Amino acid sequence: MSPATVRRKRAGRARSALLGAVGVLVAFAACEALGRSGTVRSAFLPPASEVLVRAVELGGDTAFLNGVGATLQAWATGLALACALAIPLGLLLGSVPAAAQATRVLIEFLRPVPSVALIPLVSLLLGAGSETTVALVTYACVWPVLFNTVYGLGETDPLAKDTLRAFGFGRLAVLLMAGLPSAAPFIAAGVRIAAGTALILAVAGEILAGFGEGLGTFIAQAGMATDGTRDVLAGVVWAGALGLVINLALTAVERRLFPWAPEHRGSGT
Amino acid sequence: MTAQATPPGAAQRLPRTLALRLGVPVVAVALWQLAARARGSVFFPTPARIVDHGYHLWFSGPAERAFLTDAAVRDLLPSLGRVLAGFALAAAGGIVLGLALGRSRTVYALCDPVLQFARAVPPPALVPVFVVVFDLGTPMQLASIVFGAIWPVLINTAEGVRGIDPLRLDVAATVRMRPAARIVLLYLPAALPRIFAGLRLSLSLSLILMVFSELLPGTADGIGFSLTDAQTRSDLLTVWAVMVLLGALGHLLNSALLAVERLALGRHRAAHRT
Repeated sequence: MSPATVRRKRAGRARSALLGAVGVLVAFAACEALGRSGTVRSAFLPPASEVLVRAVELGGDTAFLNGVGATLQAWATGLALACALAIPLGLLLGSVPAAAQATRVLIEFLRPVPSVALIPLVSLLLGAGSETTVALVTYACVWPVLFNTVYGLGETDPLAKDTLRAFGFGRLAVLLMAGLPSAAPFIAAGVRIAAGTALILAVAGEILAGFGEGLGTFIAQAGMATDGTRDVLAGVVWAGALGLVINLALTAVERRLFPWAPEHRGSGT
Repeated sequence: MTAQATPPGAAQRLPRTLALRLGVPVVAVALWQLAARARGSVFFPTPARIVDHGYHLWFSGPAERAFLTDAAVRDLLPSLGRVLAGFALAAAGGIVLGLALGRSRTVYALCDPVLQFARAVPPPALVPVFVVVFDLGTPMQLASIVFGAIWPVLINTAEGVRGIDPLRLDVAATVRMRPAARIVLLYLPAALPRIFAGLRLSLSLSLILMVFSELLPGTADGIGFSLTDAQTRSDLLTVWAVMVLLGALGHLLNSALLAVERLALGRHRAAHRT
């Protein structure tokens, strides 16, 4: 890249960042104005500044932070379990066509079951607690990781496989030496998609359970209080910020690990 | 994968493929049936009883009502209506807004951070807000579905429009194509593959949010309601039957969307199913 292109790119990025900041300010001002003017009842939409102040206040609240910690723990455990299940399974299904065919009907039927619909069943089986949340998160996250693993294996360069085979490497060695590296960027994209889904499920599970500790529990309880919308929205700000940070972090990791990967194309479900 | 699965002798392999595809599910269900019967656990009823229960609950009604029972009319139809209406609104809104945002670099840059944040918010977190604003009922449920499901379509549409070949825009400018024609002839076709990727995500989100918004305490009808209702009565047979029904419903909706996608995108993407 010539220095001129780099400079132009940088200028473009700075301009986008500036415009983005303006956009955020406009949106913020609009919410503030709507909340203050009284066109929308303040119980429905409190002024944005009050919500923001409350969100910052919550950052110093130990009980709230513990709840966020509990949510994140369930999130991480579920995601890790899902990866531990889905990646080996995906490698198997992606490299053995017979296995893929045999499990196809089963998967096609299990996948579209909306994961929140499992909440009543799982909570009857496991009781209401973090195990329930972890189980739900795991179920929901298995699919994007699994499908991206299978899809990524399908993109393996046949030449690389043939070369390894010609040198006398066995099936497993070919899979690990040619398949896995070429599938890795897709698997990473699947994990990133699953991470977002996992957060949805962790919060949803807590909202429906309504007790214990967690970000979802905080939101659910604030929702039931009179004039609790400010607290709900402050919780939403936290949830959104968590989602954003997680996504940015995983995208950065992907970029660093697989700089050659084209626009990550795995669309998950 | 598919390339290996369909060699020249595909016709001869058909029985083997069928046996493989159906064999494992049949064996799995049979094993479940035997194990559940042997153990007699309340939590895991046999598949035969689940299917039988679901049939009696929903599909044993009079013929003039397409065999739907009262319970089906009360629980299934409202949910179906909500998920379809919510998904349609989210899809329409997402495509229109996405087209509007994606055409201008400046507008897109203005909205990008706000959009990224809105997409990062787990949709169920906002449902308590909608409960306060709309009260419990269909408007609240629709708002939840639309707000949760609109982002994948919106962002994918905008990105699809942005990725359009600049050369085609120059051609359009040269022939003085009118804006309406540009949208139909240039932007939509260019963005279509990404729009459909967004729609698939939105559809599963719509289903999740439909069930979620009906699980909330205080709702009075819908599939989700029958689920919580059965849970409070510890009626595990109904809980399982609802799960099977939702799996079938999700599969049906997804297949319908894939069929539309194949029609819209033609053959060149047929190999790209996820």
